[in-house]
Amino acid sequence: MAGRAVRAPGGSDSRFFTTTKKGETHELRQELNSPNRDKKKDAVKKVIANMTVGKDVAMLFTDVINCIQTENIELKKLVYLYLINYAKTQPELTLLAVNTFVKDANDPNPLIRALAVRTMGCIRVEKITEYLCEPLRKALRDDDPYVRKTAAVCVAKLYDINADLVEDQGFLQILRDLICDPNPTVVANAVAALSEIGDTSGRDVMEIDTSVLQKLLAALNECTEWGQVFILDSLAKYTPADGREAEGIIERVTPRLQHANSAVVMSAVKVVLTYLDSVTSVDTSRSFSRKLAPPLVTLLNSEPETQYVALRNINLIVQKRPGILESEIKVFFCKYNDPIYVKMEKLETIIRLVNDRNIDQVLLELKEYAQEVDVEFVRKAVRAIGRCAIKLERAAERCINVLLELIQTKVNYVLQEAVIVIKDIFRKYPNRYESIISALCENLDTLDEPEAKASIIWIIGEYAERIDNADEQLEHFLETFEEESAEVQLQLLTATVKLFLKQPEDTQDMVQRVLQLATEESDDPDLRDRGFVYWRLLSTNPEAAKAVVLSEKPNIADDTFTLEPAVLDMLIGQISTLSSIYYKPPEAFVMKQAPISRAEDEDLDDDDEDAEEYANEDGEDYEYDSNNADGLTGPSDTSNGSGAVDLLSMDDLSVNDAPAPAAAAAAAAAVPAAPGGGGIVDLFGGGAGAAAPPAAPVQKTVVCPAAQGGGLEILGAFVLRGGALFLDVDVNNRDAAPTQQLAVQLNKNTFGIVPAQQQIAFDQPLAPGASASYSLPMSLTPAMLAPPGSPVGAPVQTALKNMQTGAVLYFNIPVDGLSTMLPPAGPMGRDQFLAAWKSVDDSLEVSKEAQGLPFSGDVSAVTRKLQERNIYFVAGREAPGQQIVYYSFKLVQLHMLAEVTFPVGGSAAAPRLCIRSEAPPYAPLALQLLEAALRQ
Amino acid sequence: MVASALFIMDLKGKIIISRNFRGDVPMTVSETFSNHIQEREEMEQKPIFTVEGVTFVYVQYNNLILMSATKRNSNVALMLVYLYKLVDVFKDYFGELEEESIRDNFVIIYELLDETMDFGYPQTMESKILREYITQEGNRLEAAPRPPVALTNAVSWRSEGIKHRKNEIFLDVVEKLNLLESSNGTVLHSEIVGAVKMKSFLSGMPELKLGLNDKLLFESSGRSSGTKKAVELEDIKFHQCVRLARFENDRTISFIPPDGEFDLMTYRLTTHVKPLIWVEAVVEPHSHSRIEYMIKAKSQFKSRSIANNVEIIIPVPNDVDSPTFKASIGSVAYLPDQDAVVWSIKQFNGSQEYLMRAHFGLPSISAEDAREWKAPIQVKFEIPYFTVSGIQVRYLKIIEKSGYQALPWVRYITQNGDYQLRMT
Repeated sequence: MAGRAVRAPGGSDSRFFTTTKKGETHELRQELNSPNRDKKKDAVKKVIANMTVGKDVAMLFTDVINCIQTENIELKKLVYLYLINYAKTQPELTLLAVNTFVKDANDPNPLIRALAVRTMGCIRVEKITEYLCEPLRKALRDDDPYVRKTAAVCVAKLYDINADLVEDQGFLQILRDLICDPNPTVVANAVAALSEIGDTSGRDVMEIDTSVLQKLLAALNECTEWGQVFILDSLAKYTPADGREAEGIIERVTPRLQHANSAVVMSAVKVVLTYLDSVTSVDTSRSFSRKLAPPLVTLLNSEPETQYVALRNINLIVQKRPGILESEIKVFFCKYNDPIYVKMEKLETIIRLVNDRNIDQVLLELKEYAQEVDVEFVRKAVRAIGRCAIKLERAAERCINVLLELIQTKVNYVLQEAVIVIKDIFRKYPNRYESIISALCENLDTLDEPEAKASIIWIIGEYAERIDNADEQLEHFLETFEEESAEVQLQLLTATVKLFLKQPEDTQDMVQRVLQLATEESDDPDLRDRGFVYWRLLSTNPEAAKAVVLSEKPNIADDTFTLEPAVLDMLIGQISTLSSIYYKPPEAFVMKQAPISRAEDEDLDDDDEDAEEYANEDGEDYEYDSNNADGLTGPSDTSNGSGAVDLLSMDDLSVNDAPAPAAAAAAAAAVPAAPGGGGIVDLFGGGAGAAAPPAAPVQKTVVCPAAQGGGLEILGAFVLRGGALFLDVDVNNRDAAPTQQLAVQLNKNTFGIVPAQQQIAFDQPLAPGASASYSLPMSLTPAMLAPPGSPVGAPVQTALKNMQTGAVLYFNIPVDGLSTMLPPAGPMGRDQFLAAWKSVDDSLEVSKEAQGLPFSGDVSAVTRKLQERNIYFVAGREAPGQQIVYYSFKLVQLHMLAEVTFPVGGSAAAPRLCIRSEAPPYAPLALQLLEAALRQ
Repeated sequence: MVASALFIMDLKGKIIISRNFRGDVPMTVSETFSNHIQEREEMEQKPIFTVEGVTFVYVQYNNLILMSATKRNSNVALMLVYLYKLVDVFKDYFGELEEESIRDNFVIIYELLDETMDFGYPQTMESKILREYITQEGNRLEAAPRPPVALTNAVSWRSEGIKHRKNEIFLDVVEKLNLLESSNGTVLHSEIVGAVKMKSFLSGMPELKLGLNDKLLFESSGRSSGTKKAVELEDIKFHQCVRLARFENDRTISFIPPDGEFDLMTYRLTTHVKPLIWVEAVVEPHSHSRIEYMIKAKSQFKSRSIANNVEIIIPVPNDVDSPTFKASIGSVAYLPDQDAVVWSIKQFNGSQEYLMRAHFGLPSISAEDAREWKAPIQVKFEIPYFTVSGIQVRYLKIIEKSGYQALPWVRYITQNGDYQLRMT
């Protein structure tokens, strides 16, 4: 602060910043202790000025505290400010101030009373809090509303320092009483404090019922704009009892949409959208949602930062209710001077709203953007054209024409981006627009970005027969093969093989050279592996190679609407919060607020990185990554990635599942023996399951108690019947309202189980108190397999949405691999087995040495044991020093082929297990099941 | 919905003043913040971002950054609006908000921060009311002030007992025309954003009722809008003094105004509007030698209205030199720092057309990228006594229990908003 000169002597505070002399501290100390009041006050100001610029003035603590006894309110505020900052460094000395606080809390002036309570709450020293309780209790009942509203917030402060104290002292009840306070500002602050405590503790401390609800709605009309936000935000967390109540609340909230404060408007939008799900009448629902459009559009006239928040949320809202802004696409057209982050979001909205009616206008607009200056924006505009083509089949040709026009501009990055999206369009609509390939090939030389290069190479390979000089083109790229990035190399390899399969006559040299480069020169394992696969395919069975390399490609879809419904609903409830900006549940980026231990936690650190990573992304990534902390996992269950936790839950699963106490004991005994996380025996099969005969009726366990399920108690288990998998559930309705439909969703899981049918629909509404059973067909799909490295055998995370109330329940359903997933399929015929075995490529085989697997030398004993588990003997043969046995079994509907090599004749080698499957992603899983069965 | 801490810093990220409201973030996070905004490319800059579990929300004002940080899943809309309002409060207190004014008033700023936000929850931000108990002459107050009743009242924006010798109220209806025209001359988007601004000098607690030629009001009250033109306002936003529930019911705008200046309401309507001032540019580039512009400006409003202070801003390439201009009216200037030519016309009468020619030299070796000057033409103007929407104040009733007579004064004006005409 050395540089700042004294301005207007006497008047301005800046003169307090100018002391830089040596011995300053000493001088200040003297001034602080001066009997002259003005000198004293100026000295405190100098101390605060030093604090402001970041100088440490903690050593003056005693001297400053000595000034606390003053009638001058300005000086008092400064001393309090100092205290808040340095109390933590001097907890003992801070106690000296307590007397003044207590005295001030009884001052006749409400301003001083409030100041004392407010400041005391900010001093985060445990010892102080004891002295805070009595003044706080008094302040909460003060005559002056200014003191009461300050005290209400102070309860939240105290909860943050010492939650138990707040509970013990009954402050929560007093806060709840304040909701009925006659003063609207006090109500609003009490609501704010209660919501925060609710968030921190994870409990519903507000306890909204009909009478509280009326109080909140009444206060909404009277309190300050900020208070309105607090109240609206807590209303959004409430679940209305029925459609009528929901309508009533929405009617009271809609006038807020007219408020000048954007935060009030957005919170009102959140309440309306959240409750709209409960409104049963289609007409009412439509008229409510129609009211949302004008205020949402007006938000686009606010400051750019608010626009950004609004747009992120609008992109959620149009997914949930596309009708609302359907006809408003023009307001999302970018202005030249919009900040880039606003433009990018607008572009996203445009793509979401584009349809066959407005596509022409949108294309003109996108073309305009593609000629702007901002490179990233231009790229995104070009991509947007591609996404329009993929979304709207009827407009695809017009989109392509625009892309071709853009290619003509010869602007390098436009061209590259266009090539990438045209590749996608070819994928989506094969054999339709290939006539434009020649136009693309004119510009090969200018492509220098890997993704663009890879795209054009893919196009050349895919359409080699239509390009006159495909071999020359590829040859040209091959010259620099070694310098290319892995992405381009892989494409080059595949394209060359494709070309060879189509025109084997003149490309043999080329393909050999590429294979050699890939397998011998490269360090990249992916490239090498792919090279070997191709090589072997080509040398053993060219027809098979054709079938593999030139096979039909799965269709690609429009990726505009990507959030899962349950996640979307969760995010709609988070409108205008950070969660709605990141499209992630709060648990994914917020540290769990543990009021007692603020220590850093390793798990939590990971979450932070996630959040940061997200924040670093360029906003293009609106897709929800369901791999981590998916919304489906429920609020309490985000960080349970560790093996220990799963073992525990398996443990109680086994106990629940156990048909006999003895088995339960066995299971319990097995758990400690399992080495952390690696205990396959326990994870599959499980002690209890092993004892139960496979045919025994499956016992359903309570997976969701009524308290957790919003009044629905759910029992459930996975069952195999007639070779098909079902989720059998019993639903006991303990709620006051009938229910009829439940939507089901599963998170990714060990077995890749997905419901084959999305809803449980009872024939008749399930009246309160009634129960019903339902069998929901399930199937397996590799897309839903938990990512490699996830805990094996973890229960399946399930979300159930009660379509009547809109409530979503989250719970886990245990699944036991060995006893439920292998149907009694019977053995496979030898020839069939052999054919199936050969049809699976060697590279897709998985195998392992089963170390320590007991083997008596008696193969037939093993075979009997496996047959109990529905793993059937197919054939066996002997080789020097080993005996090789083949088994077949089914994992639900998927055939698994197993080869087990037992060492014989005193060999010390471990048995070798090997699996091939028509569904390769499942092979590792089958291998583990096989091992588990053998180890029993 | 909470802010943990608030920082006001200069553009380099040096803290000028800060306040930690919740104590759950270390004040050193400001370094994380300034590193982040300095290292990030403009492309990746977002007004909200999270680093190491701390989320930063910031706005820029003059050469200052106002930033608030949080560790929770806070209401970011609320955090942003708080920051804008804080700027307003400071401006009201100190005239202008800049580094100097903060340093000159740091004591009072601490007081204001504590009064406007408690534990991260915004409290009172009505500077009229704050002024009643937080004053710059704080050091002279021996008789400490008490909290104004309005602070926690339902009418939190006005204190009782206000006296004016002359009871007057001024209304300005200001409409801004946002317009985006494509290069082929079609209007892509046109929108009117209006505001009713008030300056109230009324004594006591007056009850006001404002009547507009609102189409929905006419319809609901069964009056035919046949005789008078009514306007359909698409979306209206009101100052917090207006009773929203009442408006929702019968579209009556009733309120007790704050004292002094405030925006009573803003409204928006999307209608197809002819560009009030239409500009056509014919550009003839002769690369490496010269570039010529022929600009035609046409006023498309009634001839009895006049547009004042018209500025037509035409972007030009950044490497032009030796400009020469010829205009049939007004003056023309080349602004090299904005890469633009500004054609200023003091008074532009309705239904007129004017021409301007500009000629520039181009360097023989020019930058490769000719795309730089794709910026649109912008037009600035003011047309007094005129609203594009046709909105009219039908009455303003003022009722105060003392029964004084007060006269409302009404003015109308139309200005340019975001008014952009894309060039071919």
